Amino acid sequence: MGSQGGFGQSKEFLDLVKSIGEARSKSEEDRIILREIETLKRRIVEPDIPKRKMKEYIIRLVYVEMLGHDASFGYIHAVKMTHDDNLLLKRTGYLAVTLFLNEDHDLIILIVNTIQKDLKSDNYLVVCAALNAVCRLINEETIPAVLPQVVELLGHQKEAVRKKAIMALHRFYQKSPSSVSHLISNFRKKLCDNDPGVMGATLCPLFDLITIDVKSFKDLVVSFVSILKQVTERRLPKSYDYHQMPAPFIQIKLLKILALLGNGDKHASGQMYTVIGDLMRKCDASTNIGNAVLYECICCVSSIYPNTKLLEAAAEIISKFLKSDNHNLKYMGIDALGRLIKINPDVAEQHQLAVIDCLEDPDDTLKRKTFELLHKMTKSSNVEVIVNRMIDYMISVNDFHYKTEIASRCVELAEQYAPSNHWFILTMNKVFEHAGDLVDIKVAHNLMRLIAEGFGEDDDAADSQLRSSAVESYLRIVTEPKLPSAFLQVICWVLGEYGTADGNYSASYITGKICDVAEAYSSDETVKAYAITALMKIYAFEIAAGRKLDILTECQSLIEELAASHSTDLQQRAYELQAVVCLDAHAVECIMPSDASCEDIEIDITLPFLNSYVQQSLQNGAQPYIPEDARTGALSVSSFSNQEHRETSSHGLKFEAYEMPKPPVPSRPPPVSISTDLVPVPEPSYSRETHVSPPVLSASSSGSSELKLRLDGVQKKWGRPTYSSSPTSSSGVSPSPANGASKVEPAAPSTSRPRETYKDSKKAEVDPEKQKLAASLFGGASKSEKRASSTSHKASKGSSHSTGTSSVSKSSVPSTSEVKSPPQPLPDLLDLGEPTVSTIVPSADPFMQLEGLLDHDESGSTGSNAALDSTAKVPDIVSLYSELQVSGHDSSSTISPLSSNGSNNKNLKRTVSGGSPQGMKGPNLKEALEKDALVRQMGVNPTTQNPNLFKDLFG
Amino acid sequence: MIHFVVLISRQGKVRLTKWYSPYSQKERTKVIRELSGLVLNRGPKLSNFVEWRGLKVVYKRYASLYFCMCIDPEDNELEILEIIHHYVEILDRYFGSVCELDLIYNFHKAYYVLDELLIAGELQESSKKTIARLIAAQDSLVEAAKEEANSISNIIAQATK
Repeated sequence: MGSQGGFGQSKEFLDLVKSIGEARSKSEEDRIILREIETLKRRIVEPDIPKRKMKEYIIRLVYVEMLGHDASFGYIHAVKMTHDDNLLLKRTGYLAVTLFLNEDHDLIILIVNTIQKDLKSDNYLVVCAALNAVCRLINEETIPAVLPQVVELLGHQKEAVRKKAIMALHRFYQKSPSSVSHLISNFRKKLCDNDPGVMGATLCPLFDLITIDVKSFKDLVVSFVSILKQVTERRLPKSYDYHQMPAPFIQIKLLKILALLGNGDKHASGQMYTVIGDLMRKCDASTNIGNAVLYECICCVSSIYPNTKLLEAAAEIISKFLKSDNHNLKYMGIDALGRLIKINPDVAEQHQLAVIDCLEDPDDTLKRKTFELLHKMTKSSNVEVIVNRMIDYMISVNDFHYKTEIASRCVELAEQYAPSNHWFILTMNKVFEHAGDLVDIKVAHNLMRLIAEGFGEDDDAADSQLRSSAVESYLRIVTEPKLPSAFLQVICWVLGEYGTADGNYSASYITGKICDVAEAYSSDETVKAYAITALMKIYAFEIAAGRKLDILTECQSLIEELAASHSTDLQQRAYELQAVVCLDAHAVECIMPSDASCEDIEIDITLPFLNSYVQQSLQNGAQPYIPEDARTGALSVSSFSNQEHRETSSHGLKFEAYEMPKPPVPSRPPPVSISTDLVPVPEPSYSRETHVSPPVLSASSSGSSELKLRLDGVQKKWGRPTYSSSPTSSSGVSPSPANGASKVEPAAPSTSRPRETYKDSKKAEVDPEKQKLAASLFGGASKSEKRASSTSHKASKGSSHSTGTSSVSKSSVPSTSEVKSPPQPLPDLLDLGEPTVSTIVPSADPFMQLEGLLDHDESGSTGSNAALDSTAKVPDIVSLYSELQVSGHDSSSTISPLSSNGSNNKNLKRTVSGGSPQGMKGPNLKEALEKDALVRQMGVNPTTQNPNLFKDLFG
Repeated sequence: MIHFVVLISRQGKVRLTKWYSPYSQKERTKVIRELSGLVLNRGPKLSNFVEWRGLKVVYKRYASLYFCMCIDPEDNELEILEIIHHYVEILDRYFGSVCELDLIYNFHKAYYVLDELLIAGELQESSKKTIARLIAAQDSLVEAAKEEANSISNIIAQATK
């Protein structure tokens, strides 16, 4: 029908398409298209172009745009074409504008008028074309312009128009829910439309509406159930059948809606049980579409109020999916399993081996889905296995997007279920090592905080052991090349804080390592800042411990280099370090107490000790405090300048700097109280974690800088209250990373869980590797379930251990038998080159046969032979399907049996065509040859490049 | 919701693109490049789904042509697979044993068919017959218009002789 009578385009255009077809590279294609663009630009503006010619230009523009080039110069001509009275041109114009323009394009305004006119047309095809454009082009602003007409069209006599009007309203709803909120009753009404197509279309907006507001649609449950019942009972016209399923797409949509309506509603769910149960029982699991419906049933069953029978049926379908050889079904099975375990965690147990298989499958998609499932079923008992697996996979993938996702999942699981601190640290190390740049910096802060705080228990020995192991692991890792910045920050901080704490490593060893880091990553200022602060801490601890300070020459040169750094932040840190090492042991211990990063300090944000100073200043004629919003930038230039430099290093030019007072340098009372008072360190809410708290400086020069100190205090008082409002947990002198960490994430995993000592070594003797893995994944899962209900920890441990074991051995029986027995009669529907399918499943569906046809390696040789066979047999088959014959498409009669035959005539076909499914497609080869000849006649000869072009898509 | 439909040949050539969500021309090019790398390199026995940028792409190969649809994570992949097949069946009926060449030279007709099947990223009609009837009605009008135009131009041609 379509291709008869030539392709309807000029030779010029056909040549273009042909040359694109023969282009050997993308760049060649681009060259051709650029030339075409030049031609079109020139031609399209010529005066008096015949309309037919213009139409072709527009289609050529579509072609250019489709191949990824910019055809915007011609948009206006497409818009003009929509104005044409001729439907042929109008249709082309609408097609082009819907492809060219997004809804926010300026030209839309020029089309709205045409659309309005066309919506009123008495030719329904014009209305349809306009409605297509409405769905694509009308935006929030222009909805009111067409809304009344679209609503009117809901009552149009042609069902195609009603259907498109519904879809247009749906689109309006998506764009601006308020615009159609008064029309909801129309959607309800259209649900009763006597055309099933309109009814089916109405389900789309209803689904969206119900997603937002379930309650007001509860009354429709009965209607939906009854529609679904009628659909499954084949009350709809035959033309809605698809592969012998009655209107499966409508069924799926209905199931989706029922899932929403029945969620957490016992009464509504009760009304659905029967119809869903029937559907699951009757549904044909041998076709792909049947499985699509079954999958939707499972989704529905797991969403509505639980019903044991339905859940059992769902579990059964899942096990069929998982046992299938078809990867698509496995994928759906894994997904469905993830839904079902939310209701009944035990379901997973019987499928453990299938899940493990999927986990080790070469198909990445399946693997990821399986990880998603594992993520859902993680418990404290199996977290180690799962997270280790995830990390292994994370290391292997390159996809940036997915790596980020899986890394954050690992972190989430580890934080939630970590069985021990040691494991947590090791796990985080791995995540950081391989995906450090992808995880949130907060994760690094959490880790530092965890190491600093321990796990909240008063077990200092365990804490220090934890730190020692962390230090040890970092010293090992730090030599690896190319570590992510966030991880290096953690390493430097931990080494600085705890590197020398247990005495296993000398200060010079640790400082050497830190220096190496700073040198190796010299372009990363944050890391360098962490490194030099770590050096300062180690030296301070050495001095405080009374040991002789021995600064390595490399450290010395690093400090000097940083003291001359362009970054003022680094400079300050370097100078502070130099100041600290000159102090005596007592002073150093006060400003840099060992392991004090978690100590709480109290801050009085009103700074009462400054009151007298303020009073005095005012009396001496100083200006009173001006509220922040009344202050102008110029005012604060001088008074803030002394802190400015701390910020500039990280932010470059900062335009609003003068309006945002810096966090005050912590002020302190007169130096006398240095050794006794806690020093308030306000934590600036926007600061980086690398700020070194400067009291060091002020301490060292405290005697002489009375004035400066007070000035700081004044600012503190005048500064934004928010800056100092949160008391932080640091003993003023230790650098702030710990502060930052504790502030950022107060709800970190500080509760430790008893470590799971579950071991599966016993099973390992009898079971293969996989079962071991399965046991640790699933056996553990059931165990922890049981433990949760029991009060006695130890007793339950013992008992649950045995149940875990037994469940494994129990489930291993059916699964091994599954391996041995021939594949289940779920045919491999979608695999292209699967020749065995047809022999395994004699009663397979037509769809599968279609798939078989795709095996194009064989089609050529059998084609001509089969053509004879099938021409002889076509009438037989077609006579079985007189209903289809009525439709009168001769050319489609070869395909129609394919799409609607029953198993009996399939057998017939089998015998006629001698078991070769290609037989049916014989005539297509002829047609392909005809097409070939036709194209050649027109002087286009693309066959040389790609003979596949002529291959029937179905064969 | 379907975000876009892309038809790519085995050689990575674009045969049809339809975008239901807003993508700039630059993004479109990038999307197609990424997708063809992802889809064309997959083995034959693997599943027909690919996770991509937090969305899912369902694809199916017919002869040397890949039909890809990008959908939301919560959509039913098997259903989409059948929508693809549904589309191919309709094309097959329309063109009469459709082959890639039909789509190359008549891509605009493939668009018209797609517009009757999907609208705003949703399936609007699941009856092949209805779609076939609508397309046929449009085509017959087009044919009529052509004849009319011819006859008018004939008349003019004769009148001006």
